[in-house]
Amino acid sequence: MPNPRTFQIQEISAHPGPVPGAGTRREDEVCKYIDVTTCIGCKACEVACVEWNDHPFRETTFNDTYQTMPTTEWNYYNLIKFVEDQRDDGNLMWLLRKDQCMHCADPGCLRACPADGAIIKYSNGIVDFQQENCIGCGYCISGCPYDIPKFHPKTNKVYKCTLCSDRVGQGLEPACIKACPTGCLKFGTKSDMVQIAGLRAKQLREVSGFADAGVYDPQSIGGTHVIYVLHDAKNPQRYGLPANPVIPPSYTVWKWLAKPVGLWLGLLGIFAVFFHRVSVGPRLPQPEEPPVVTEHPDPVEAKRKEQP
Amino acid sequence: MSASVERFDERARREADRVGETTVHRGELLRHPVYTRVLHWSVAIFFVLSLASGFAIYSPWLYRWLTPLFGGGARTRLLHPWFGLLFDLFFFFQFLNWLTPMAWTAADRRWVKRLKEYTTHQHRVEPEDVGFFNGGQKIYFWLIVLSGALFLITGLLMWFDHMIARWVVAVSYVIHDLSALLMLAGFIIHIYEGTSHQPGTLHSMIDGTVTERWAWTHHPAWYQAVTGRDPQKSYEREKRRQAERARARESWEREQDARENL
Repeated sequence: MPNPRTFQIQEISAHPGPVPGAGTRREDEVCKYIDVTTCIGCKACEVACVEWNDHPFRETTFNDTYQTMPTTEWNYYNLIKFVEDQRDDGNLMWLLRKDQCMHCADPGCLRACPADGAIIKYSNGIVDFQQENCIGCGYCISGCPYDIPKFHPKTNKVYKCTLCSDRVGQGLEPACIKACPTGCLKFGTKSDMVQIAGLRAKQLREVSGFADAGVYDPQSIGGTHVIYVLHDAKNPQRYGLPANPVIPPSYTVWKWLAKPVGLWLGLLGIFAVFFHRVSVGPRLPQPEEPPVVTEHPDPVEAKRKEQP
Repeated sequence: MSASVERFDERARREADRVGETTVHRGELLRHPVYTRVLHWSVAIFFVLSLASGFAIYSPWLYRWLTPLFGGGARTRLLHPWFGLLFDLFFFFQFLNWLTPMAWTAADRRWVKRLKEYTTHQHRVEPEDVGFFNGGQKIYFWLIVLSGALFLITGLLMWFDHMIARWVVAVSYVIHDLSALLMLAGFIIHIYEGTSHQPGTLHSMIDGTVTERWAWTHHPAWYQAVTGRDPQKSYEREKRRQAERARARESWEREQDARENL
């Protein structure tokens, strides 16, 4: 990736005053913006995701909805959930939510993972799985509040949305964003997306009559790098989103207390028995053969005692 | 224990004794029959496999050099629950086999109170009330029963995590690791006592026999039960014999020296 700062203007000939834009820095954190109120459920993002990641289309189960499959899969990172909900006047309301990895600031998968280097978080906020280090224990699956990582039974490894880290690394937007025809998906810096989402939510509240419209960016996990504009932000459960996702605190106890303390205690135990053997000696069957020598003067110790 | 389980256990022991063999030489006692030994080493093999593969998953810096033993990280993870299941299966048979001698008694309470004297070797011969297993061995046995059950329950919860609530699985990781630490502590002591600390004990698990001296030193009540002799008296007699032998050898040596000096 070319360094964006290479072409930042440093000096200008014959220019009075400071250089405009000097010291400007690009914000590192990226974010995907999803406006569920303008999603039409065309599934272009699903196809783009499958194509870019070169996944073969998989068999699925039909369960009386327009939804492609029940959940995301190891080779299907991106799925529009077709939730059938009720409007206030009793009519059907379709809640179309594009489901994928949320790229949490405090990722539960990363907290739970016991394998060295299997899950990494970049400074731009993307949480990425490194399958060559994955041992397929599935701890990330139970660590995720959104049920996103999926186990691949052939390779015994776990896969999920990468936020197209390969594309983003080259300055491109993720494949799903590029395919979206309505503009309900946007990609940019976190602060820009939060601002746009706030404006859109305000518009929904003031113009479209959705009094509870708002932005879904749960602070209980430090915010996410995928944010939603919801028509009812007070009840994200209607969309199948947890209102207050949490990372179980037992991970912290387990990883940063139980594991190191356990290893040290184990090492201590080995040393303890070793030095017990060296100092106290074995318990031999009695009477010992040959009989125990009761007097065994230590010559060095005896000499030391002789000196005043 | 129900009658059918007892019948099964008894038949398994007899079958094993028919297939295998224990040679008891003079001055030795049969301690562990074939069935017990085979079970013990089956449990041991799968315990070590579970421990090594578990440690690989447990600790990232051990992970780098333990996982290759099992064919990589993913294979280690795949095999670990099966090692654990087989460990639990064999230990279940050992549990049935040893349930009667492992029953906790007043003598074991007294043994635990004497723990400090035991570790500092204040008595070279164990007190007369120590039976087939001492209090420490019984604690280790029941510790394995406890952590084996915890391993099985939490292990299954972690294995079938997609059917279980998230927080239950998260707590299972901690309990699974804590029971591993309990077991590891017992295991370190077990290895030490069985090999380096009490010479002759490993032999009882490999060839099945111990010397009479070993028996009255470490398990006097059991010695009395199988031989019908008083361990204290046997010990005193052996001591006298040893002293006599030493005296005889000394006088023989003096005689030899005198003869050479002539």
